[in-house]
Amino acid sequence: MNRRLRMWVLLLGLAGTAALLVAAAFRLPAFGTGFHPYGDRAVHEALARQTANTVAAVNFDQRAFDTLGEETILFAAVLGTVVLLRQARDERHVEPAPADVAAPVRRYALVLLPVTLVAGLYIVAHGQLTPGGGFQGGVVAATALHLLYIAVDYRALERIRPLGLFEVGDAAGEAAYLVIGVAGLLAGSSYLANTILPHGTFNTLSSGGTVPLLNAAIGMEVACAVVVLLARFLDQAVEIEGEGANEGENEGEGERT
Amino acid sequence: MADVLIAVALLLVAATATAAVAVRDPARQALVLSVLGLTLTLLFTVLQAPDVALSQLAVGSALTPLLILLSVRKARRRSLDQVRAEKEAEEGGT
Repeated sequence: MNRRLRMWVLLLGLAGTAALLVAAAFRLPAFGTGFHPYGDRAVHEALARQTANTVAAVNFDQRAFDTLGEETILFAAVLGTVVLLRQARDERHVEPAPADVAAPVRRYALVLLPVTLVAGLYIVAHGQLTPGGGFQGGVVAATALHLLYIAVDYRALERIRPLGLFEVGDAAGEAAYLVIGVAGLLAGSSYLANTILPHGTFNTLSSGGTVPLLNAAIGMEVACAVVVLLARFLDQAVEIEGEGANEGENEGEGERT
Repeated sequence: MADVLIAVALLLVAATATAAVAVRDPARQALVLSVLGLTLTLLFTVLQAPDVALSQLAVGSALTPLLILLSVRKARRRSLDQVRAEKEAEEGGT
């Protein structure tokens, strides 16, 4: 296939996609109107299960199986990263040197660390009530720990971050989601069905049946996955060196990207 | 009023997205990407999708730029190592 022919094939494909997109756009309901057939049904179902946050009801009740797929994608991606970014045979491990941090940066990051951590846990716990949930809160909580890298240095972060524990937590979060799904089966209905727990009182922490439990499982999985993911990237950026590196390289160890 | 807000947010997203492509240095690109994440968060909030906005804020403007910065740091260090190793080899040869 020469270049000219390839361009024609590309043009044909692009024109077809563009035509389909334009045709589909004309069939869409008008922007900003009150006609939401799917939204109305989703809200009705969410209220029937006492879940105040309809988005959480869609993610963890009506479409809980889709969320299992998403969670598994993250799990597999992190697993792949762990395998790819391990220390290879021709690389060596160097101790990171302590770094100087400007006093205002240190103070700001240390004050913000507990606040961010609590905010992350709050977002996980209130997923069934207010915007947010396991995924968002998990990322926030994991990011909070890394404020220690900004405030002090990499060695301080390593001290409060037992990586093996976080790897186990990642797998446990994933497993907890599967087990809650199986519990639905054992209770006599279908996989991940929201029938095993009472739905509780509307707009309270314990409402929504399995939604808060699934949120907690996702929160644990995502927080641990992000910590493990960032740990692999940080190890590569700070601690692992190729064979060609000489001693002079170590001077730059404490500086940041 | 709401339409004006949506239009402004869309324009901000378009401007920062173009800037993210136009900036050539990867380290700066990561920072522009972080700003793009913020403008997308604004857009999702204006469109009344706070759940998506929270995800975008956490992943798009904090996590992704951090991963890019760490990768850039690693790549730069590796190329420095190679230059140094080549220099040493040359000096050893003469």
